[in-house]
Amino acid sequence: MSGSVPAVQLEGITKRFPGVVANNRVALEVSPGEVHAIVGENGAGKSTLMKILYGMQRPDEGTIRVNGAEAHFRSPKDAIAAGIGMVHQHFMLADNLTVLENVVLGSEPTLGPVIDFARAKERIKKLSGSYGLPLNPDRLVEDLAVGERQRVEIIKVLYRGARILILDEPTAVLVPSEVDDLFDHLRELKQEGVTVIFISHKLEEVLVLADTITVMRAGRTVATVKPQDVSRRQLAELMVGSELPRPETKESTVRDEVAMSVTALTVRTPGGRVLLDSLSFDIRRGQVVGIAGVEGNGQRELVEAIMGLAPVIEGRIQLGDRDITHWPTRSRREAGIGYIPEDRQDMGLLLPSPLWENAMLGHQTKPPFARGPWIDVAGARDRTRQVVDGFRVATPGVDVPAYALSGGNQQKLIVGREMIAEPLVLIAAQPTRGIDVGAQAAVWDQIRRARKAGLGVLLISADLEELIGLSDALYVIFRGRLVAKLDPQTVTPQELGAYMTGARQEVMEG
Amino acid sequence: MRLRRALIALLAPASALILAVLVSSIAVLLIHQSPLTAFKDMAQFGVRTDSLIFAANEAIPLFVSGLAVAIGFKMGLFNIGVEGQYTLAALLAAYVGAVTPVPGFLRIILILLVAMTVGAAWASVAGILKVTRGVHEVISTIMLNFIAFGFTSYLLAHLLKQQNRPGDFVVKTKEIPSSGLIPSLNGLLRGLGVHPPAGSDLYGFLPLALALGIVYYVLIWRTRFGFDLRASGFNPNASRVSGVDPRSMVLKVMILSGAVAGLVGMPDLFGLYHRYTIDFVAGLGFTGIAVALVGRNHPVGIALAAFLFGFLDRSAQVLDLVGIPKEITIIMRGVIILCVVIAYEVVRRVVQAQEVKAAAERMRQLSEEGQTEPVPA
Repeated sequence: MSGSVPAVQLEGITKRFPGVVANNRVALEVSPGEVHAIVGENGAGKSTLMKILYGMQRPDEGTIRVNGAEAHFRSPKDAIAAGIGMVHQHFMLADNLTVLENVVLGSEPTLGPVIDFARAKERIKKLSGSYGLPLNPDRLVEDLAVGERQRVEIIKVLYRGARILILDEPTAVLVPSEVDDLFDHLRELKQEGVTVIFISHKLEEVLVLADTITVMRAGRTVATVKPQDVSRRQLAELMVGSELPRPETKESTVRDEVAMSVTALTVRTPGGRVLLDSLSFDIRRGQVVGIAGVEGNGQRELVEAIMGLAPVIEGRIQLGDRDITHWPTRSRREAGIGYIPEDRQDMGLLLPSPLWENAMLGHQTKPPFARGPWIDVAGARDRTRQVVDGFRVATPGVDVPAYALSGGNQQKLIVGREMIAEPLVLIAAQPTRGIDVGAQAAVWDQIRRARKAGLGVLLISADLEELIGLSDALYVIFRGRLVAKLDPQTVTPQELGAYMTGARQEVMEG
Repeated sequence: MRLRRALIALLAPASALILAVLVSSIAVLLIHQSPLTAFKDMAQFGVRTDSLIFAANEAIPLFVSGLAVAIGFKMGLFNIGVEGQYTLAALLAAYVGAVTPVPGFLRIILILLVAMTVGAAWASVAGILKVTRGVHEVISTIMLNFIAFGFTSYLLAHLLKQQNRPGDFVVKTKEIPSSGLIPSLNGLLRGLGVHPPAGSDLYGFLPLALALGIVYYVLIWRTRFGFDLRASGFNPNASRVSGVDPRSMVLKVMILSGAVAGLVGMPDLFGLYHRYTIDFVAGLGFTGIAVALVGRNHPVGIALAAFLFGFLDRSAQVLDLVGIPKEITIIMRGVIILCVVIAYEVVRRVVQAQEVKAAAERMRQLSEEGQTEPVPA
């Protein structure tokens, strides 16, 4: 393989955004027919680099060579023509169309004025056969599981003639068994001579799958290594640039007092379908209760029931010794339930508003934000400054609009505003999703510290490492039911995965 | 920084106005007339004292109407029913005010209260439909307009009209006694050295309208209620999560918007008609939507937009005399609305890009001084 012309060669790629250099003289060399992983923290410049390679953005400086020939991509169209295809993290499929229709969408083979579906189907079957990607072209996309949808996306790209495949965080949306399938498929593609560029920040996966690993940090490529030459720890250190902190020895801070108690909570759709089936659990003071599960198994409904965003059909929710089952959201918040929503931009922020108004959100009825019916602007700004300082939100001031902050800093602001109000119970849904390692550590630290001070936390997360690392008790939710209570000290990711996918079930008593 | 922001804020309406003048110039040229003459005549006529008073009188109800619409706009609620709300409110307020035996000053209060109550009640129908049945308020308020027009005509023609003397065919309610009217501000104007010609009276409702503008500002930007309202407008999901009950918010805002809408007919009722008649001023509710849009839901902007519309309307009167159809100003009005919407969007994007850039730049400086950690991309 060595000595042959590289499939992709990037030299001196620099891309500046206002105030930020996203890529700083990046060099990357991908050999044909290898799986090349690009790892780095969020914000390290991976996505920007891939967007440049896929023609979505143009570099300010530097050259791109594909199979030895210099390329100037003005749009993804040019990149596709050069044999480069990209599978985005968020699928771009039309649910109400079939696999076949989705694949040909935009490059339909025609027979006179009509689409030649027969020929297209033939090609798809050939592709899925030769690359080992099982797919029925006549099924509706809405009926497919996530892993299958991803396969459709890959076929779609291959159908357009791609020989170089970019996958942006492909495992973020998959359950463990689907990840294994994906890796098998990628190995198959490699066998057939397809070059795969794989973006990830999950180090285990990268070590298992990749032939070559390039590490990015702060807009630069800092190292290119072979997986057999590095340990997970060394790789992590390359990514963050310093030695990782050892996980602190865990001492239990769990107290006897129950902060929140959920009893036989059941939620149904208006049509009567059961979304949550008789859930019962306690959160004690100083305890982090983790909920593991594949997304869409009732996590959202559980949070909505606790926050009072959707009516509870049956069951009871108690905060301390108060029955809050039928309280409106505002009363619950005032009574001391903090909330970190899973989607910070959609549910947690007013993007065009200044930070001090964002720091008020959810606490706007209480001092220091309000005085009687009035807003206390001075008090709000003061408190916001405390949040910014105390939670290390990187911002030029409290008057800048929230959209001006990076994702990690937006999240720190949300965590800060909830923590500084000293809630009794914190509902944390995906508290570190999509933020960089530094901000993630800061958020974990805050949760640990508050837990020590007696905060009860309900942690709902897709990040198993986070769940195992933070939780004092761990439940698995599957199809609206709590199917297992596990000890985070002893549980293995494999065990968790088995419960999460329904392969194993444990009888849960109240 | 503040100064620059204010300049940028002015840039949008100014460029919209210039563009509107250019487009209407083309329209004037197309009918083989001189735009220069037209605009010169308009300007000369428009700044006469009686013209300015006329324009102000037209601007006052438009301002109130703009506020009524803007309250809804601020939380993303479209009250298109101001027209119907104020029509019905004006009729009932005029009738109750004319027939109820109360002393002068109290009569004014009574009329205002009836107008606000009727406007609020009518608007609340749309609010209730939205929260209980999910009917979109644009549909329901438009429909309710038609019902309001028909209902108003019916009430006037069959129940509330006064018995006219033989030969008087105008259907109208009884006249409100002059003690129950808000006097004009001409006395004040004379005190300031301005001498309005006879028949040109500045509406006495002006101070009330200004007070309403101030109350609007304080309510929206300085109270908890206003914060909840704006939060609902910016991001309904986030505001719900923060504890705002969207249903009660919709209802409250609709009622508030309707109450203000009820006042839209009052300046003309007190200042000109003194009763509700079959030819009572119409169209203020619909124009109010445009006024709120051009004024960007800010009381100062709404005031300027309302005056601009009044000024255009008045100064256009002179065009007929020089042989240019005065409808040219309607073109201008339309172009202004379109341009303002476009210009604001452009300016918003520019400002947003600058904010992001400035924040990132400031962060870089701070990190160089070693005060905080650097910001990731």
